[in-house]
Amino acid sequence: MDGSIVTGGWVDVARLEDIPRLGSRVVATAKGAVALFRTADDSVFAVDDHCPHKGGPLSQGIVHGQAVTCPLHNWVIDLASGEAQAPDVGCVKRTPVKLEQGRVLLALRA
Amino acid sequence: MNMISPQRLRLVVVGNGMAGMRTVAELLARTPQRYEITVFGAEPHPNYDRIALSSVLAGEKTLDETVINSREWYAENGIKLLAGDAVVSIDRGNRTVTAASGLVVPYDRLLLATGSKPLVPPLPGLTLPGVCTFRDIADVEQMIAASETHKRAVVIGGGLLGLEAAWGLKRRGMSVAVVHLMPTLMERQLDVAAGTLLQRDLDARGIAFFTNGQTEQITGTERATGVKLADGREVPADLVVVAIGIRPNVDLAKACGLEVNRGVVVGDDLATADPDIYAVGECIEHRGQVFGLVLPIWEQAKVCAARLAGDEDATYVTPALSTKLKITGIDVFSAGALAAAGEEDEELIYQDKRRGTYRKLVLRDNRLVGAVLYGEVKDGPWYFDQMREGADVSAIRDRMILGEAAASLSGSVDPSAKVAALADSAEICGCNGVCKGTITKAITELKLTTLDGVRAHTKASASCGSCTPLVEGLLALTAGVDAKARGPKPMCKCTTHGHDHVRAEIVGQGLKTIPEVMNRLGWMRPDGCHSCRPALNFYLLCAWPGEYVDDQQSRFVNERMHANIQKDGTYSVIPRMWGGQTNPKELRAIADVADKFGIPEMKVTGGQRIDLLGVKREDLPAVWADLNAAGMVSGHAYGKALRTVKTCVGSTWCRFGTQDSTSMGVALEKMTWGSWHPHKVKLAVSGCPRNCAEATIKDFGVVAVDSGWELSVGGNGGIHLRGTDLLCKVSTPEEVLEYCGAFLQLYREEAHYLERTAPWVERRGIAYVQERVVADAENRRALHQRFLYAQQFAQLDPWAEGGHEANAFKTLVPAE
Repeated sequence: MDGSIVTGGWVDVARLEDIPRLGSRVVATAKGAVALFRTADDSVFAVDDHCPHKGGPLSQGIVHGQAVTCPLHNWVIDLASGEAQAPDVGCVKRTPVKLEQGRVLLALRA
Repeated sequence: MNMISPQRLRLVVVGNGMAGMRTVAELLARTPQRYEITVFGAEPHPNYDRIALSSVLAGEKTLDETVINSREWYAENGIKLLAGDAVVSIDRGNRTVTAASGLVVPYDRLLLATGSKPLVPPLPGLTLPGVCTFRDIADVEQMIAASETHKRAVVIGGGLLGLEAAWGLKRRGMSVAVVHLMPTLMERQLDVAAGTLLQRDLDARGIAFFTNGQTEQITGTERATGVKLADGREVPADLVVVAIGIRPNVDLAKACGLEVNRGVVVGDDLATADPDIYAVGECIEHRGQVFGLVLPIWEQAKVCAARLAGDEDATYVTPALSTKLKITGIDVFSAGALAAAGEEDEELIYQDKRRGTYRKLVLRDNRLVGAVLYGEVKDGPWYFDQMREGADVSAIRDRMILGEAAASLSGSVDPSAKVAALADSAEICGCNGVCKGTITKAITELKLTTLDGVRAHTKASASCGSCTPLVEGLLALTAGVDAKARGPKPMCKCTTHGHDHVRAEIVGQGLKTIPEVMNRLGWMRPDGCHSCRPALNFYLLCAWPGEYVDDQQSRFVNERMHANIQKDGTYSVIPRMWGGQTNPKELRAIADVADKFGIPEMKVTGGQRIDLLGVKREDLPAVWADLNAAGMVSGHAYGKALRTVKTCVGSTWCRFGTQDSTSMGVALEKMTWGSWHPHKVKLAVSGCPRNCAEATIKDFGVVAVDSGWELSVGGNGGIHLRGTDLLCKVSTPEEVLEYCGAFLQLYREEAHYLERTAPWVERRGIAYVQERVVADAENRRALHQRFLYAQQFAQLDPWAEGGHEANAFKTLVPAE
């Protein structure tokens, strides 16, 4: 669903209902904290929990549309592309994620 | 549509600023397919409005609002944008440019729009940390960052740029001094009288001036510590901003052998000595003149685009110029001659010292050749028109100093009649060079009904905003939109409705959830944004106490975590200390929590409580459980909510105390804790007029006197310090409670979200508040009752078990 090539396995990290709608949960991974987001239409996105601006925890931001607003300085990050909304420039790393039978799977073992 | 035909010429634009992109936009409007366009920009941003940086620094605009063309615009127009990759050389023989990245791009036509560099005198200390110029986004970010961590700034330069920098830093809370080489400010645009008035007004706003000040060196070793002047004066500073002017950036042109004087020399066709290379903007020199204002640059863009499109007749002539200072509340206008140049010139001067206004007109051969206006500038564009037309003004000479209304025969000018009378070619927006015809055409064809719509499609009124009344007049005239009332400002970009309308509809239509509000009021984005959602959540909470279910996902992180997020993502926790009182048991419990959870820093707050800083998100529930066990509850130090009630010890201990201010404070805090508000709310009670609890800079302040209590409202510390307005005097503690509850409820019900009581009281006027809370006793009791009713549902400790959503604090750990 994300276009990236996944060479390793998918890891089951949560149930969809563990993430509040228009909310987020944090997953501890070997490469650091990854924020899971659930939009109003139950799409799920996963990006590093680290704003490209000053490292704010994106998981704690307000989710709207397919974007999250960083709680520290209001950068708006597009969850699908990982890009900051202009004129801010920056990009946060995405992790491939998919939903299967109500489970959230992350491509962690690359 | 994006098919590349072999005949397309390659246009390379060096510089992604306002001049270059305006030329490209004009070129696309004329001939969208003629060129395959590549744009190089040294800054890693899309094209933005440099003029608006002053407003960004002053906190009046966000960086978002300065973007002129988004990355999508480049893509849609088939333009290749290389932002962040500066061109380092031009090979005219092979017709290629080479960028810093090593990229080589061939051109058929080259457009130089390299802009200017800040003019920086060779001062010792220039390279110290804490020294910057005022030119681009990086400078503004540096200045904003410095204003958050440091206190004192010095701006070198008292011209347009320097004063806007000084004002922005002042607005951000720094103490600011301006060092200026000349005896009066803005001497290129203002005469001595207007420059002196300007200095007086800025001085009254707390900016210090060192005129006749020649900077000798920037002092400091690790970081700038100040500036030293040639006459021995020293000005301490943590931030030094050099803003004395600009000089054309000619490095590339010089290196490739083009003719360069002060700027890159261009002819009336805007071509350089090399006919394949054009240049526009602040980097050029045309007939001995260089440019720093936007209007002639827009004209250059037009002419250059015409030339690039193949129009051999397009010729550039520098238009007449006027300037305006972007400092809120200080109005300055200047155009043409500042003073009589000889005996044949005449000066007309009018000054109203009490109102602080000043006008000077310079006449030559019965024609207006210069105008300087201070304090009252609405006639500036009219004077400017008279100058450009070269009209004979002898018939109105005796009245024209009083402005257009006095000079016109009827004696008054209806703004909509005025805008109706303008020709289609009349320029409305000077910043962006938009004429009346373009605006009315856009309004008609695109069916625009809002100011924002006109701004988005035509750029008119999108920069400095001084033509907004004219654009609104055109909206009224063309679309019949009642823009004269100026319509309330929309809550955010998700809606066209203002705060008051939304609040009224929530109550009037009985709207009970955020999706219902958004559906019924036509929200343009399905789940709003970070700006409107918290506002709607509060409005619903306030309208339907006990009924509305708080939407956690529409709360800012602090109100979801019941703690205050810090820059490193940890939180600060502050337990409530009623009226600032504490005891050994509480202090021991706090100390134990700090030890147990390895809390790195503790601090006593200004609100008489203890702050535990650096608490990890996962630890928050456990920290609260321990504090709860010792009888403490959340201090709401993180919320748009009742924060603290600061008190002095009062008559119980103090030899001056007239009443028991501590008990009064505790009673107020017991009544008001847990209440949600449009913004944070702070209370204080002082036991005598010495006012040790600083009650007169609080949202609701109580000062005890022998015969009772003085109540005052609408004060705050912060960036815009404001003392309270006296509400009334009452006799008993019960009355203090009733007036306080009523005042807070009125604020809750009527203020806009994120509006503190200070600006709210200023907006509505203290007389209105007194009428509702003091004069109308029945209304006061009703307000107080509504406050108490809402408190039944609000006074739940969010730290107690069940008061929060426990999962939100836990990190998921996948099983390996």
